[in-house]
Amino acid sequence: MKEYRTINKIAGPLLFVEKTEPIGYGELVNIVLYDGTIKRGQVLDTSDTLVVVQVFETTAGIGKDSGVRFTGETIKMPVGRDMLGRILSGGGKPIDGGPEIVPEKRLDITGAAINPWARASPNEFIQTGISTIDGTNTLVRGQKLPIFSAAGLPHNTIALQIARQAKVLGGKGEFAVVFAAMGITKEEANYFMQDFERTGALERAVVFLNLADDPAVERIITPRLALTTAEYLAFDVGMHVLVILTDMTNYCEALRQIGAAREEVPGRRGYPGYMYTDLAGIYERAGIVKGKKGSITQFPILTMPGDDITHPIPDLTGYITEGQIVVSRELHRKGIYPPINVLPSLSRLMNLGIGAKHTREDHKKVSDQLYAAYAEGNDLRGLVAIVGKDALSERDRMFLEFADLFENRFVRQGLDEDRTIQGTLDLGWELLSTLPVEQLVRIDRDLINKYHPKFRNAPKAT
Amino acid sequence: MEVKDKKSKESGILKRIAGPVVTAVNLDAHMYDVVKVGKEELMGEVIKISGEDIIIQVYEDTSGIRPGEPVINTGLSLAAELGPGLLTSIYDGIQRPLSVLVDKMGDFIQRGVSAPGLSHEKKWTFKPTVKAGDKVEGGTIIGEVQETNIVHRIMVPPTAKPGVVKTIKSGDFTVDETVCILDDGREFPMIQRWPVRVPRPVKEKKNPTIPLITGQRILDGLFPIAKGGTAAIPGPFGSGKTVTQQQLAKWSDAEIVVYIGCGERGNEMTEVLTEFPHLEDPKSGKPLMERTVLIANTSNMPVAAREASVYTGITIAEYFRDMGYDVSLMADSTSRWAEAMREISSRLEEMPGEEGYPAYLAARLSEFYERAGLVKTLNDRSGSVSVIGAVSPPGGDFSEPVTQGTLRIVKVFWALDAKLSQRRHFPAINWLNSYSLYLDSLHDWYDKEVSPEWNKIRSWAMEVLQKEAELQEIVQLVGSDALPEAEQVTIEVARMIREIFLQQNAYDAVDTFCDMKKQYDMMKTIRLYSDLAYAAQAAGVSPGQINATKSKNDLPQIKFIKDYKPALQKIEKEMDAEFTQLRSAA
Repeated sequence: MKEYRTINKIAGPLLFVEKTEPIGYGELVNIVLYDGTIKRGQVLDTSDTLVVVQVFETTAGIGKDSGVRFTGETIKMPVGRDMLGRILSGGGKPIDGGPEIVPEKRLDITGAAINPWARASPNEFIQTGISTIDGTNTLVRGQKLPIFSAAGLPHNTIALQIARQAKVLGGKGEFAVVFAAMGITKEEANYFMQDFERTGALERAVVFLNLADDPAVERIITPRLALTTAEYLAFDVGMHVLVILTDMTNYCEALRQIGAAREEVPGRRGYPGYMYTDLAGIYERAGIVKGKKGSITQFPILTMPGDDITHPIPDLTGYITEGQIVVSRELHRKGIYPPINVLPSLSRLMNLGIGAKHTREDHKKVSDQLYAAYAEGNDLRGLVAIVGKDALSERDRMFLEFADLFENRFVRQGLDEDRTIQGTLDLGWELLSTLPVEQLVRIDRDLINKYHPKFRNAPKAT
Repeated sequence: MEVKDKKSKESGILKRIAGPVVTAVNLDAHMYDVVKVGKEELMGEVIKISGEDIIIQVYEDTSGIRPGEPVINTGLSLAAELGPGLLTSIYDGIQRPLSVLVDKMGDFIQRGVSAPGLSHEKKWTFKPTVKAGDKVEGGTIIGEVQETNIVHRIMVPPTAKPGVVKTIKSGDFTVDETVCILDDGREFPMIQRWPVRVPRPVKEKKNPTIPLITGQRILDGLFPIAKGGTAAIPGPFGSGKTVTQQQLAKWSDAEIVVYIGCGERGNEMTEVLTEFPHLEDPKSGKPLMERTVLIANTSNMPVAAREASVYTGITIAEYFRDMGYDVSLMADSTSRWAEAMREISSRLEEMPGEEGYPAYLAARLSEFYERAGLVKTLNDRSGSVSVIGAVSPPGGDFSEPVTQGTLRIVKVFWALDAKLSQRRHFPAINWLNSYSLYLDSLHDWYDKEVSPEWNKIRSWAMEVLQKEAELQEIVQLVGSDALPEAEQVTIEVARMIREIFLQQNAYDAVDTFCDMKKQYDMMKTIRLYSDLAYAAQAAGVSPGQINATKSKNDLPQIKFIKDYKPALQKIEKEMDAEFTQLRSAA
């Protein structure tokens, strides 16, 4: 392989290499330092006069005397079954002291888009044991459902509880967890690792760690390595893979950093204009393929800068993913765990995974009614602050009380409390029964007669 | 997918590759020529010419392509294949059938594979509608093919010069076989190709006067779109754009539906694909898929093909319009299309306009929406293309360039509201911000087809909702009990309009589609309640007593009953009885 020593300019993570032979776009590049260390990079722009290389590690030590080797192929990743139970760096190198991965296959890390025609519609209900998810924002296998959180909120605890409790009722097949950390602290990483070890989940997990002090640009490839692994496990090995990506905000920061180094025209808040397409290239790598056994379910976690849901990172994410689970500071302050605010939360695939065939016939309507009643009660809180409780009508008072009840009974649950879906729905009915029956306009009479606590045990009229 | 030759083919070499934009030299090319890039012959389109440099956007992933590889100019522009076989198809942005791509390259989208838009092997039964000696010209219908339950009318290409039929065939043919020969020797197969960036010609554009009935109460009832009209649905994520678009694709009374999934989610397209074949067209009773053409260029498929997808879609829509059909086209989402333009533009290092979008954004948007319309076709039929575009404003902020550029052109604005969707008020269309500029031109239709009372009752409902908004501001400060008694009745009536009429459950088998008659009957009953309640209040009955009446409690259930008339009459009778009692007691 030819080695060039024609670096002309180094700016941030970018190298500008001159006078090369024709180099392919997207090729993997090895940069050899004077002491023999090798750093990796990728071709971002190639022409007959100049090649721009993005380095995935720190550029410390790279100089005009460094050698540049173009490998002639795009970045490929060795994957194999024995990756399960292993801990790798954000760049894919083993860091658990174990042996190198024995590759069964080498796969391109960008991945290819699943042909929409080849996708199978996700409809298998995943029970997470958390009422605010199962009952009102149901997760299905093959979905990508991010957690929108913010600094100081227990999103990691929630993600772990989901990873621990998630199961498909009566479902078969092997499970695996692929965990990709991008720019999180060592402490946070330990929290995840200890829980994986405690529950024995590590044996079925592949962990990629790019920590806060690892090079930011490496974060660009970490989720791609994780998803390539997930695709191999799901579509080649046939496992049901849960992918946790945390923290996507750090990924986007890295993207912005590279955009700035390339002197691109910035989009909103300095993030590159192609961030939507770039994020789609990550999030869309979830789903089920017709005729294949496995599946990929994605749980990206992101922290909203300044708790702002309109910030470009949560905003673009929300436009791509199939809903979002929003963690609320207000509920957290009230001491409610998990502090999931159901009002801005949403699961777009919910309707595919609920109903008589999957959970229970009343699921959709109970959920709608809970939402409507809680929203109304929540609105009244603002009013009470101004006019006082006494100025409320009887009807309004009931809704106000319902909102408190909903938060304390339905939302609040224990760290290890694993509720069944039946339990969650019955709890929903119990709360709704505090409201007059005629206020339950979202539910048809038949269901009320069958499930409403007041009627369900009543003798049937003959 | 290529059309009309401009000049001899040329070949050049690649000079620079930077993502989906590449530069070639030594190439003789015109703007928007289709070129084959590199050894793998990836499909691309010329988008800029600068000195020796020919700048090309490539519709496929360019990884591994090197400078020095060849570029071949086909001399043709990007065109759609039009003919029997379009219906029930699902295409990517450049009209490659996705099912064919699965067969050719597996479950994942690979590159360097070409696939024609129509099957060139399948035989269709062609029945002529002209005979030898007949005069034909561009647009003349020369025969018919029963494609699904839809009759596909075969036309002379719109730009063809007039001539006289010498031979017309009848029987089974592939789309490439000649079915018609003219005196001057010109031969026409069933297929025609049309460059997607050019609108297909019509004789005349007319003003629309008939509503596109969608079965959605808030749309048909309050903010109707006309057949041949344009509408925009902007809303933040999770506010129900896609569900609304899909409801329109399912239930709108257009004869043909073109649905463009432009840069959206893969699983959503799969949902459409699995659901549509099982849904019945309320009019024909046939699967909805039989009248549908789907274009799915998901968010992770190549960005340049996303840019092309809306043009491919509207060209297909225009083609069916030219046969004399009413076509509705849904584009979800035009913001992703605009972003594709922005991405390409920034790679071209063009001077950006607002928020990084190219300065020509507004022009492109208006060119696109202007291809909608009710027309007199070249063959003197009446056809229409209605365009409904979803807009995904960042952060739900309607002041951003794509929303603003769209609102300047479209006549109907359905404003989605995150607050409404959070409380599961669906469709989450805000009744105060939305508007339809077709109300006047559709007035007569509603008078004649629904009821002479309809237009009045619609204005009444809008007034009540407007009044409620004002009253709510006061309620927020002093509580509802402090309002004058008559206004407490108004609040209750408005609540009924919102919860009973405006809210509609897309997932309920009955409520998902509500025809105009039922809409009118429902609104009439609410109006009846309102009249009775005000009369009672004037007679001295307290709002508490009025609100406690039981008869209205069954009204929401009407939505879920198919044969609703007996139940509705029963409610009206009970209402009357209850209020009579109240008034006499007062």
